[in-house]
Amino acid sequence: MISFSQVCKRYPGGHEALKNLAFTVQDREMVIVTGHSGAGKSTLLKLIAAIERPTSGTVIVNGQNVGAMRASAIPYLRRNLGLVFQDQKLLFDRTVLDNVLLPLQVTGHDRRDAGKRARAALDKVGLLARERSKPITLSGGEQQRLCIARAIVNRPSILLADEPTASLDAAYAGEIMEIFRSFNQVGVTVLIATHDEIMVERLRPRVLHLDHGALGA
Amino acid sequence: MTRWLTQHAQAFSLALRKLAATPWNALSSIAAMGIAFSLPAGGYVLLENATALSSRIDSAPQLSLFLDPNAAKADVAQIESRLKGHPQVKSYEFVPKDKALARLKESAGVADVVESLGRNPLPDAFVVQAKSPSAEVLEGLRKEMTGWPKAEHVQLDSAWAKRLEALLRVGRIAVLVLAALLAFALVTAIFNTIRLQILTQRDEIEVAKMVGATGGFIRRPFLYYGALQGLAGGTAAWGIIAAALWVLNGALGELGRLYAISIHLAHLSPGDSLSLFGFAAWLGWLGAWMSVGRHLSQIEPQ
Repeated sequence: MISFSQVCKRYPGGHEALKNLAFTVQDREMVIVTGHSGAGKSTLLKLIAAIERPTSGTVIVNGQNVGAMRASAIPYLRRNLGLVFQDQKLLFDRTVLDNVLLPLQVTGHDRRDAGKRARAALDKVGLLARERSKPITLSGGEQQRLCIARAIVNRPSILLADEPTASLDAAYAGEIMEIFRSFNQVGVTVLIATHDEIMVERLRPRVLHLDHGALGA
Repeated sequence: MTRWLTQHAQAFSLALRKLAATPWNALSSIAAMGIAFSLPAGGYVLLENATALSSRIDSAPQLSLFLDPNAAKADVAQIESRLKGHPQVKSYEFVPKDKALARLKESAGVADVVESLGRNPLPDAFVVQAKSPSAEVLEGLRKEMTGWPKAEHVQLDSAWAKRLEALLRVGRIAVLVLAALLAFALVTAIFNTIRLQILTQRDEIEVAKMVGATGGFIRRPFLYYGALQGLAGGTAAWGIIAAALWVLNGALGELGRLYAISIHLAHLSPGDSLSLFGFAAWLGWLGAWMSVGRHLSQIEPQ
């Protein structure tokens, strides 16, 4: 469960990204955060992953107050989250498989078990045949799917995605949406920030609309 | 436990692969470190050898009192009685001139010379052991004995050994200062190496943090890298010293043969060698640790 109450986020320099935000996302729910660019969608996701800290208010994720979390506890929070962010940060000097293996190495998984899991994740996003390729040889849609595979390989309970279909054509975007839907169906809480109207129409999720950092109707 | 071991093994092999990935860079910095280390360590080796040599020489507090060649039996008895009652004298031995000559004849190479002399040029002598090794007491004793009748010359046998010891002490301090300076230089070098590595692996670190890597997981390969590089530098220094000693011992062996003596410089003892490796690895680790502490916190997922 994710719960925001009276959350404000002001960046150094005075820009107020989020104003008095309050909402709750239940387990297994799928929620799409919409809004114009600069409305605070990315900031909202970053607060959940403890990449940013709220200026005031509390952000509770799975019963933990993320805003007040000690730095040493943050890694364990993130292992429970799958992050698919705009700036994909794939590692181009390693193979597709090695990119997906990284989260498992971080948690110290047994090597053989890790290989199985990573291949299963690649299979889910339809990239198993490319496991030995370098990410640079993948198309934009494939790279996005690789990011998703990396995000879900640890079997997180919450999946956060920031503009996952931006810069993808409609066919690729459709594939990505289906992938998110299938994860939600097996019990993963999915929170997507997007301004892609087609996504909202197609997935018919609960929608949070952000307008200048505040929740609209 | 196995998970912990696995993670350390992974970090270690990652560090090894990083070293192997840029062999020329790694070799040149290892060589530089080896040379830097070999200076104080080599100095230490020479000092150890000199110390071993000087300890072979008896540096007991001993004085030789040579009598006037014209001294009579009565004079000898008189001096002997003074020595007997002296509070600073532990023991003494009278060496009559005939015995001294006989001893001289025994030593190699001079027998012919002694034969050709015709008469004994040596004086009677007392070899005196003082109670205290302190330089002040010995010097006082020497002055006092010089004033005794028929005492021609009093020689402090341990003086030069003392001087050598003092010299070795200065040498030891010089080696320590050199070691401290070069250790600092090494830590700085590793600090910068690791800083560059962190910068080039920025993306990797960011991604690792994003997927929940702990600080330890990210730090570990860098720490291993630093320690490995330090260790390699220490090993290189050991090798450089071994090579230098091999060359020196060859030359010294020839020199020794000419004088019919055996001179051989020994390398670091196994214990000292282990200390060198351990210290070098620790310095590398320290440099990496400082660098990681300074630079890793600046990289966070955006």
